[in-house]
Amino acid sequence: MLKVDIEHENLEFNFTFNSNELVAVVGDSGSGKTTLLRVIAGLEEVNGEIVLDGEHWLNNKRSLSPQKRSVGFVMQDYGLFENMSVLENLLFVSNDIELVKRLLTIVDLQNLQNRYPNSLSGGQKQRVALARAIVAKPKVLLLDEPLSALDSKMRKRLQEYILILHKEFHLITILVSHDLKEVQKLASRVVTIDSARIKDILKINKEESLIKGKVVDKSSNGNSYTLAVELLGDIKIFSVKEDIFNKYSLNDYIDIDWSIR
Amino acid sequence: MNSIDFTPFLISFKLATTTTAVLFIVALPLAWWLSRTKSKFKPFIEAVAAMPIVLPPSVLGFYLLVLFSKNSLFGEFLSSLNIELLFSFSGLVVASIIYSFPFMLQPLQSGFESLNKGMIEQSFLAKKSTFITLFKVALPNIKPSLIAALIITFAHTVGEFGVVLMVGGSIPEQTKVASVAIYEMVEIMDYKSAHIYSLIMLLGSFIVLLLVYIFNRKSKFRV
Repeated sequence: MLKVDIEHENLEFNFTFNSNELVAVVGDSGSGKTTLLRVIAGLEEVNGEIVLDGEHWLNNKRSLSPQKRSVGFVMQDYGLFENMSVLENLLFVSNDIELVKRLLTIVDLQNLQNRYPNSLSGGQKQRVALARAIVAKPKVLLLDEPLSALDSKMRKRLQEYILILHKEFHLITILVSHDLKEVQKLASRVVTIDSARIKDILKINKEESLIKGKVVDKSSNGNSYTLAVELLGDIKIFSVKEDIFNKYSLNDYIDIDWSIR
Repeated sequence: MNSIDFTPFLISFKLATTTTAVLFIVALPLAWWLSRTKSKFKPFIEAVAAMPIVLPPSVLGFYLLVLFSKNSLFGEFLSSLNIELLFSFSGLVVASIIYSFPFMLQPLQSGFESLNKGMIEQSFLAKKSTFITLFKVALPNIKPSLIAALIITFAHTVGEFGVVLMVGGSIPEQTKVASVAIYEMVEIMDYKSAHIYSLIMLLGSFIVLLLVYIFNRKSKFRV
């Protein structure tokens, strides 16, 4: 169990992540999602409390350095070691060669293991970063839009593997993503952050393909009808039929298919 | 003209090698700290470290002369330890370290500052110490800055004149470096020897700078 109760100039956050849980954090740009991940990793100074299974990473007496926290972190800019090959990037973190080879196969980089990061595409770099974050078998895995640079085929494949590895290594995984379909597929709960505070906590029913959104604006122009719906912190505009348009008033909740991005 | 005496070149080479090695060890941790700190003292330390760039060498040489002399408290203290820095090779090294300090510090600091912060953070998350991170991640990724710092410090020390003349004098086979030897040859109007010495210095400096630019070009285009 990871308890996070922090106060930072860019974020106030009080939430407990359950053991082996994968939680998605969503919100607008600048809402504090990345700050949250950096604070948990020990890369930002902050007041408050972070406790993992009874071990205090942060309290009013001490703050453990990143080296003493068990965290794997896929950053948006990857932070790959440019002077090391793909294989060396993973071996620098862990000398478990079996696991290194297995992860390289999972992310489909076994043929590129001797290449250097500056010769890889954005998607390939992202896959190296994902494998490297997991190879040390951390207790907490932080994913800051880890699949955003991948094509849909690779994205689907890695989503499956994130779930497999999350379960296999008994991780607490915190996923920042703008892809609602991805959030629905991977996460068991979603935390919405708005203006540096938690706005909403939603439990995801995996069997349910619909999510509730709030109608925040309506407009019609001739035969064209649109609804503006607030969905996990984002405003989405939908063109709808007249009967749907008339059915919902402002502030009503409407069921939206998760597959809408 | 007598046959060429290469001893001043050897002393210059020895002085530059020693200064570069000591400065690397001294300036590296400071450059790393300056590149990462948010301390309010940072501008003050940076200004002090950059002073030798703007100070006339004679001013620096004069203060070092005063500091090392037995009339000063520091000189008296050194004397009680049987350490004599004035007109000695050790004194030349100390003076060169102070004089060339910014030429080692600034390229290293600027290299560290331009480094992707995520790389350093990922090394810490991989449970690597600051020492390992510095030598296995940071330094290999700022190779052009590192090579520039080493070569420019070396070349700058070889080219020193004012400070070494004031602190070291011109004692043959001890403190008489190549630049001082050239000055003395001109004074006694031995222009032929001065030409040969100067040409060697000129070619040496050109080769050093050419190596820096070739290395930087290679690093830039490496894939």
